[in-house]
Amino acid sequence: MTSSIVRLRLEPMIAPQPSHRLLEIRNLSRAFGGVKAVNDVSFVVTAGRIHALIGPNGAGKTTLFNLVAGVVRPSAGQVLLDERDVTDLPTAERAQAGLQRTFQNLQTFSELTALESVMVGAHLRSEPSFLKALFNTPAIRQANAEARDRAEMLLQRVGLDTFRDSRSDAMPYGALKRLDIARALAAEPKLLLMDEPAAGLNPAETATMRDLIADIALQGVTVLLVEHDMKLVMSIAETIVVLDQGQKLAEGTPDEIRRSPEVIRAYLGGGIRRRRS
Amino acid sequence: MATGTTLSAAISLGAPLGRLAILSAILIVLPLSFPNPFFFDVAVKVGLSAIVCVGLNLLSGYAGQISLGHAGFFALGAYGTALLSIKLGVHGLIAAPVIATVVGLLAHVIARPILKLKGHYLAMATLGLGIIISIVLNREIWLTGGPDGLSVPAMRLGEFKLRAIEFWYWIVAAFLIVAVWLAENLVNSPAGRSLRALHSSEIAAATAGVDVPRAKALVFAFSAVLASIAGAFFVFAERFITPADAGFLRSVEFLTMIVFGGLGSTYGALVGAAILTALPQLVAAFAEYKHVAIGIVLIATMIFMPRGIVPTLADLFGRRVGR
Amino acid sequence: MLADFAQFTASGLTRGAIYALVGMGFAIIYNASNIINFAQGEFVMLGGMLTAFLFTTTGLLPIWLAVPVAIAAATIAGVAFYRLAIEPAQRAGLATLIIITIGGSVLLRGIVEVTLGKREFVFPAFSGESNVQVLGASIASQSLWVLGTLAIVAALLWWFFEKTLFGKAMRATAQSPLAAQLVGIETRHVLLVSFALAAALGALGGVLTTPITLTRYDIGIMLGLKGFAATMLGGLGNPFGALAGGLVLGLVEAFTGGYVSSGYQDAIAFLLILTVLMVRPGGLFGRVAMDRV
Repeated sequence: MTSSIVRLRLEPMIAPQPSHRLLEIRNLSRAFGGVKAVNDVSFVVTAGRIHALIGPNGAGKTTLFNLVAGVVRPSAGQVLLDERDVTDLPTAERAQAGLQRTFQNLQTFSELTALESVMVGAHLRSEPSFLKALFNTPAIRQANAEARDRAEMLLQRVGLDTFRDSRSDAMPYGALKRLDIARALAAEPKLLLMDEPAAGLNPAETATMRDLIADIALQGVTVLLVEHDMKLVMSIAETIVVLDQGQKLAEGTPDEIRRSPEVIRAYLGGGIRRRRS
Repeated sequence: MATGTTLSAAISLGAPLGRLAILSAILIVLPLSFPNPFFFDVAVKVGLSAIVCVGLNLLSGYAGQISLGHAGFFALGAYGTALLSIKLGVHGLIAAPVIATVVGLLAHVIARPILKLKGHYLAMATLGLGIIISIVLNREIWLTGGPDGLSVPAMRLGEFKLRAIEFWYWIVAAFLIVAVWLAENLVNSPAGRSLRALHSSEIAAATAGVDVPRAKALVFAFSAVLASIAGAFFVFAERFITPADAGFLRSVEFLTMIVFGGLGSTYGALVGAAILTALPQLVAAFAEYKHVAIGIVLIATMIFMPRGIVPTLADLFGRRVGR
Repeated sequence: MLADFAQFTASGLTRGAIYALVGMGFAIIYNASNIINFAQGEFVMLGGMLTAFLFTTTGLLPIWLAVPVAIAAATIAGVAFYRLAIEPAQRAGLATLIIITIGGSVLLRGIVEVTLGKREFVFPAFSGESNVQVLGASIASQSLWVLGTLAIVAALLWWFFEKTLFGKAMRATAQSPLAAQLVGIETRHVLLVSFALAAALGALGGVLTTPITLTRYDIGIMLGLKGFAATMLGGLGNPFGALAGGLVLGLVEAFTGGYVSSGYQDAIAFLLILTVLMVRPGGLFGRVAMDRV
């Protein structure tokens, strides 16, 4: 499984200094009709590691994820990316600032082939001019060529080179999840948010996914996972933030989290479904 | 297998010059089969519809934003160019690009609020826009001549009166080739890929860094410019225009052409424009039942061939010529 | 002054009544299926044209028989349109359905154009050309027919949607097809009934207003758009909102025509659509849907 993933050198956007605060969440809150989905949550994601956000269903993980991704605006608090306040930036500008995400409910570009989908990710750094595009200027041709090379490399890296010219309706679910990751990586993010990367995958696919995530982190991209699969989280995350009922319950290494009485109570005491893998 | 992959890669990413050459060849050879000027006239009408459809297909086919108002831009181009030359004596060659620029800017300004809308709302808003344009053209009789239409004198170039429809055939054909070239360039560029991406998921496109409102506004404006230029050529070649050319049914006809030809296929737009423009002109029975036919074509295409004629046939022959 | 005001009010309400009937049709179909039926206005045209054809042109039927036959025929056309064009494409995307309903609209008017012709059709008012004097305004008796019928139809619809199980299920289908199935009602039937009901309402509107406004094969699109504007004003999912929206739109048009400029009263509805859509992209009272990603 692992052998299908070819390791390729990526220039890290920033040198991974352990103390570098890549993402900082400050007192973030968001209410929906009086219900506080996220309530005064703060934590820091340092550069160059794999971080995970876990919690029982309804703990506010998805809302927090959407707040960071820019899909939902907070009622209060701040999101800092690379020490810059991005709280009010629209999604597209967050991408410019080095943030990428993957989707739990897959958002595929069904009009595009796999290769073209990944090229869209790479176009974050391409010549965006509409006018030059109409006249196919040398700058556009160069952008096309660069994006294609980059996309081909990334397809290979996530093990999708056989699907190069396929459209999404001809690709299996697991492949679409990896395509989403390739598309995100093509934008050369500093921080990659991953929304339940293992959801819907079988154990073998989950193992491949784990290796892929580890590999991404190794290349210098910081990863923040939201994931239900505890085995996966515990095996690759270096730090874990636990949410419960919109609030931060605990934060620490997998060992600390495993031993935390609050976490055990939240997961087992509440009688909330726990996924096994 | 290997050659198949390379071939489709060349088609999906490479310069679309091969097909452009075939189109040029067809446009050059075609007049040899025309027995009389009437056929040139039909061909000019086909070409002008095709120019509008190439732009509309970028907006609706590739970017997925339906417009039921593009006849409005066609009419703005036609009336604007005609009035600028009649009332102010501006030469048509200057009036046409000036008006096209104005229409493009206007479209760009209204695009941002309008293209925030999706689906039904967008269709209704563009429809409303087109109808407002046609109401103004009908009402401002002092300026536009009202429902009776507007006659335009033939364009002069020095001592020559450019009357011959054959002449305008070559001009329209040349511009059609340019329009197809521009459109195909766009589709295979970063900006074009962004448009095709936002078609299926605006949120994922924004995540990838696409400035979605900007992208939509630009393609809307560009499609309006093409429609406006087609309108100007219409005035030069036909020398007569009525508000019916701005009406709802004209907009629906344009939409029918690209749907029938195949949404998201530039050459499909050409085929759709050619068949649906030429048939009512050449077959009298078809002209009489034009609206019945348009209705049936729209419904039947959507039910039985939702991807349109060119992509369906292309798949049938195992090649993706339509893309 | 008062007489002018009363006159404009009366003509505005009469005008508005037909927008209301069309708009209620939009809302009923939208509620059941999330489809905006662009062909909605064509049923107004069908109702008026068929009545005129059966009564005035051919004299086949007396008016009291021509009216129900015309409405029934338009209703059958609505059902046929649903079964032949909408149902086969139900699972397709929004754009596909928009194009199909536009196709239906053009097809219906095309059929009438080639069978009945392009000229204007009319039949006499139900109780003669008498006028009623109110506050100095003279109101055509047909206007009273229009408004009276609108009131009765609104009451019947209210009863249907509030008091009958089927009606309640219809209201719920768009939001939750499951809820309808739970009470043993098939979604398919709900959709069929909503298209039939919408067609009947439109045709009724056409029958009522033709003696005042005349009718022609191509009036459908304009009326459809104005009915849609009415629905937008009142909130897409609510037939009674559409009723109010229609009356408001009619009044605005009549007063614009009376006090400002008659040339542009037709443009009002579209300016209203554009403004409402741009200020509130989800409609005036519409739900703002959010995609879950």
